[in-house]
Amino acid sequence: MKLLKVSGILLLSSSLLFGCATMDKSTSTDKVKETKNTASEALKGVTDEYRKYAIGEIEDFVKATEAFTTAVKNGELVKAKELYGPARMYYERAEPIAEVFGDLDPKIDAREGDVPEAEWTGYHRIEKGLWMENTTKGYEQFAEQLMKDVNLLRAKVETVEVTPDILITGAVDLLNEVSTSKVTGEEDRYSHTDLYDFAANVQGAEKIYHLLNPALKKKDKELSNEIQTRFDEVYRLLNQQKNGNGYKLYTELTEAQVKELSQAVDALAEPLSQIGIVTEAS
Amino acid sequence: MTKNTNSQDESVHNQTKISRRDMLKTAGVGGVGVILGATGLGGLLTIKEGKASSTDKKEIIPFYGNHQGGIITKTQNHVYFVSLDVTTANKEELVKLFKDWTTAAALLSEGKPVGDLSSNEFLPPKDTGEAEGLSASNLTITFGVGPSLFVRDNQDRFGLKQKQPKELVDLPKFPLDALEEAWTGGDLCIQACADDLQVAFHAVRNLIRIARGKAILRWAQTGFQRTKQADPGQETPRNLFGFKDGTINPDVKSEKQLNEHVWVQPGDGPNWLVNGSYLVVRRIQMFIEVWDRTTLKEQEKTFGRFRDSGAPLGQKDEFESLNLAQKNDQGEFHIPVDSHTRLSHGDGSQPILRRAYSYSDGMDAKTGSFDAGLLFLCFQRQPSKQFIPIQERLATMDKLNEYISHRGSAIFACLPGVKQGGYLGETIFS
Repeated sequence: MKLLKVSGILLLSSSLLFGCATMDKSTSTDKVKETKNTASEALKGVTDEYRKYAIGEIEDFVKATEAFTTAVKNGELVKAKELYGPARMYYERAEPIAEVFGDLDPKIDAREGDVPEAEWTGYHRIEKGLWMENTTKGYEQFAEQLMKDVNLLRAKVETVEVTPDILITGAVDLLNEVSTSKVTGEEDRYSHTDLYDFAANVQGAEKIYHLLNPALKKKDKELSNEIQTRFDEVYRLLNQQKNGNGYKLYTELTEAQVKELSQAVDALAEPLSQIGIVTEAS
Repeated sequence: MTKNTNSQDESVHNQTKISRRDMLKTAGVGGVGVILGATGLGGLLTIKEGKASSTDKKEIIPFYGNHQGGIITKTQNHVYFVSLDVTTANKEELVKLFKDWTTAAALLSEGKPVGDLSSNEFLPPKDTGEAEGLSASNLTITFGVGPSLFVRDNQDRFGLKQKQPKELVDLPKFPLDALEEAWTGGDLCIQACADDLQVAFHAVRNLIRIARGKAILRWAQTGFQRTKQADPGQETPRNLFGFKDGTINPDVKSEKQLNEHVWVQPGDGPNWLVNGSYLVVRRIQMFIEVWDRTTLKEQEKTFGRFRDSGAPLGQKDEFESLNLAQKNDQGEFHIPVDSHTRLSHGDGSQPILRRAYSYSDGMDAKTGSFDAGLLFLCFQRQPSKQFIPIQERLATMDKLNEYISHRGSAIFACLPGVKQGGYLGETIFS
């Protein structure tokens, strides 16, 4: 969940326009325009492809949420707990798209304290009940509401326009989410299933990298290889924390393991942040 | 050497002029320009120009030269010190890292950003930006390599094993050492010193960013001294116990003394380290609350000096040579046998170049006391004949041990200086 996400994008684009206006060097202005046009044309196929991927993830998220909320409503505590971590992964993979809807994102994914207590709904609201109170009782209406919100997300996601911005900033944003809330254990603070979200964010970033990679390889093969190597390293570390089909609890990690994961994400995100070179005219 | 430095100064001065122009250029296209756009580009240029003219070459320490800066350089107000672990197993990547660091450090030393702002708004800026418009503030960046870069867990990691100097080994365990893993060792170190902490931090931050995927932070410590503004007379700085610290140091203007005590000489060990120096770092926690309730007499006997003047006990002037034989009416040594001054001095044959900074890291969460102390940094030609015997004496007898605890420790071989067109570590890797 990132409340400021949408306003962030708006700010970015307005400041860019502003920047162009104040620049008196016509060459710079031309260059910026050129970059933008090339970006949207060259990446047209890629953005369509990503749109399909994100919608696919949200569709699966609807199904997973249905199973999860049904378990909550039926009072199946153990089952609800089992479904919680994996269900969230679809959302976390598609987060660059999902969080475009600034009104729905907090309803689905706000953590305690992100929004006023009275407005707090969604996955983490139910998480607290399941793990802290060890019950589904009293959470039926939250399950009901969550399902409605997720269905609404599914409907709205059709309208989203995927721009190169969303892809380029999205890839690194996904890893930033890992760095700021997953690797610190703050995302799933009651269930400690943070590594599910962690893995899903990394997978979502990798998807974008894969889509942009053909263009990237043409620009800078070395950078492309470096990014792949760093993804491999993050996965190697994540795989050490597997537990059956899922992941160990955050609380089962040693401090050294957390630090290692965190530094591996930094090592990946730094070269990945250069992926914007695909927008440059060759 | 003096001559050499002068010619470097001149060339740096010329580059400085260019650098200021570059900065103006950057400012016009840059992020700052975008943010301040409303005030108009003209206004921005005026601000920049005003700054540029107030910055003269006095605040730039040349990066290139026979020796690295930050060793005999007049101690700056602040240090940002980091110890790093190398994560890549690939020697070529390691060499590339040193080359990239060389380029960046040369720019940073001149107060320039590590990269120009790109016109592509889909990329993060190359330089992190917080030193934009700031003077170089006498920034020096000193790089060192630790024993574990050569051999770790019996592994010859980069095929450098036979190049490891005999002197570059982990320090022996001294009595009373209370070392914590989190503050100990490291494959590499970067010591960034500057008269402005933001400038020093900016340097380290950008160097660490460049190292991502190749090296990671192991530990980091900031340190401070009284600033030059606060002490225009440039007295010997005082440590957090209130005593002058660093009175006896080799004379950095004497080439003879430096060659004898600080710079590694041909024949000392592997030739790659000639003109380099060994750095011993100790993070020494000082129990300042305990010290503060100790009587003045006891404090002075502990150091062996007067607190006010810094003079040795029984003597008048701070810089008088120590009279260790002098006794009082009761037949006791003026400078007690277990005092810090007497033990550090020994027979005077092991001078080390001390460049210590105080640190204060907020509160010790366990005790509620200050977590404060000394980031002891010292340079020398041969640790086995300098720091190690001194510390053995101190660890066994020093009365000061009641008030301090050594929490961190590391040794590094600080590389020789870089010549124009060369790179840091070239003598090891080529």
